[in-house]
Amino acid sequence: MPSSVIINQVSKSYKEVKALNNISLSIGKGELFGFIGPDGAGKTTLFRILTTLLLPDCGNVTVEGFDTVSDYKKIRQIVGYMPGQFSLYQDLSVEENLKFFASIFKTTIEANYHLIEDIYRQIEPFKDRPAGKLSGGMKQKLALSCALVHKPAVLFLDEPTTGVDAVSRKEFWDMLARLKKENITILVSTPYMDEASRCDRVALIQEGRILDRNTPQGIVAAFENPLLAVKSGNMYRLLFDVREFQGTIRAYRSGEFIHAAMADLNMHDLLRNYLEDKGHENIEVHEAKPDVEDCFMALMNNPHPVPPPFGGGSKGGGQTNDHQ
Amino acid sequence: MTINDHQHIIHVENLVKKFGSFVANDHLSFHVKKGEIFGFLGANGAGKTTAIKILCGLWKPTAGIIKVAGLDAYRETEKIKKNIGYMSQKFSLYDDMTIAENFTFFGGIYGLRRKEIRLKMNFFLEKLEIMEYRDRVIQALPLGWKQKLAFSIAIMHEPAIVFLDEPTSGVDPVTRRQFWDMIYEAAHEGITVFLTTHYMDEAEYCERVSIMVDGRIEALDTPGELKKRFSVQSMEEVFIRLARK
Repeated sequence: MPSSVIINQVSKSYKEVKALNNISLSIGKGELFGFIGPDGAGKTTLFRILTTLLLPDCGNVTVEGFDTVSDYKKIRQIVGYMPGQFSLYQDLSVEENLKFFASIFKTTIEANYHLIEDIYRQIEPFKDRPAGKLSGGMKQKLALSCALVHKPAVLFLDEPTTGVDAVSRKEFWDMLARLKKENITILVSTPYMDEASRCDRVALIQEGRILDRNTPQGIVAAFENPLLAVKSGNMYRLLFDVREFQGTIRAYRSGEFIHAAMADLNMHDLLRNYLEDKGHENIEVHEAKPDVEDCFMALMNNPHPVPPPFGGGSKGGGQTNDHQ
Repeated sequence: MTINDHQHIIHVENLVKKFGSFVANDHLSFHVKKGEIFGFLGANGAGKTTAIKILCGLWKPTAGIIKVAGLDAYRETEKIKKNIGYMSQKFSLYDDMTIAENFTFFGGIYGLRRKEIRLKMNFFLEKLEIMEYRDRVIQALPLGWKQKLAFSIAIMHEPAIVFLDEPTSGVDPVTRRQFWDMIYEAAHEGITVFLTTHYMDEAEYCERVSIMVDGRIEALDTPGELKKRFSVQSMEEVFIRLARK
């Protein structure tokens, strides 16, 4: 697959805080690529560099063969960017916003209507409403329409689903799956680990570093330890008890179960006996398939709180940070 | 539904809230037990925030009987505010003040004495193992720390109920679980926890959840019962079934 976006050893710091630490990645044309990580991981910083809005301290990036520093004007013509913060004109109507974006890219709404039709149709009944008066879900659809109206080669979506309910999130990903068929390269960032499965490939990102990159299946297949799902009548005590069990490496809540990464295979019966001895009732122990979140936690090198970045509040300073 | 005020720390009967002709809360009826972890779920725009504002004594209901910690949501809103704690991702702490200053400030608002504030602060900072950072400005702290601190401050006055509005949004998976350890601990000590979340695995951690759709509560039960009712494996599927109607 030819590359659409090539990131080569990119680092970026804000004062003492290393927002991005030597990131290298290659994303193929037409790929739906996810950056999965919590707030503060560096996702927004990376997206701003990729969209030419921020200069890297070192390293370089090309988008569709253009360098983000020397060819920034070319890149701006061929990419669509939906920032995490709603940044359309609040006092322009839905239709006016869309027309505005079409006109600055020297095109019309009609020219690429097939691209946005699916999304825009849902907000068209409100086309005369000021964008600032739309609900969250509708704002998101308008922002996506505006980012698509000029038929970009690459689409950057920075946390499009943050704070969005599970149903709307699912619908949003269904929309992306349809867009992918138009052969647009799509880069999406999200803090929701379960959304990884909707991507062709993902990079797990934490504290400015890539923890792993692979297909969602590949990420999960690389999980090293046997994983057990455990349940009992007293989930509150169960967590403490499972953590104290000798064979347990890590134990944490996962939906209705506690997931326990084990040091060895075949710990199943030992754990059950141990829990019975501890007085637990209605014990359920079975092998579990790890998901992306299990993998992410295994990969985070510091499972306990790490000292915060000190010396000035640059993490929260101004526009160039991840907290919105 | 039989209602017993001594057991039900939140009692809501036919709560209606209208904005002009728009009905944001359409005859909500539910109760929350003392010490319960109650998940208040719903799609964006379903009316959750409106209901929470009423329960916190910030907005007046249009109609219905609403008692929070035994207090009336029409006449005793100031007393309600003293008996609850609140945090969300959007509003938690003052970014440009230090950890210690935030404790002092919020402790003062809750009417705690200086000595009580100091004791509470020491207790939480020791528990979070961040005593040596007490004079750090909040802004410089990782999000996960902020959220844990905000939660500690929201319960420092030992409220009857703490309202958590998407408290773990955007937090990494390990910190998210540490946050839930704190929630369980608070509930264990008798504080009722009323929370919203978009993480459906967190819905499983609640003792009971309600799911709001278009201003109404469409379902309210334990996660186990809800999954059984819809014959599905996860709360996400329950949510999608209900909210997609």
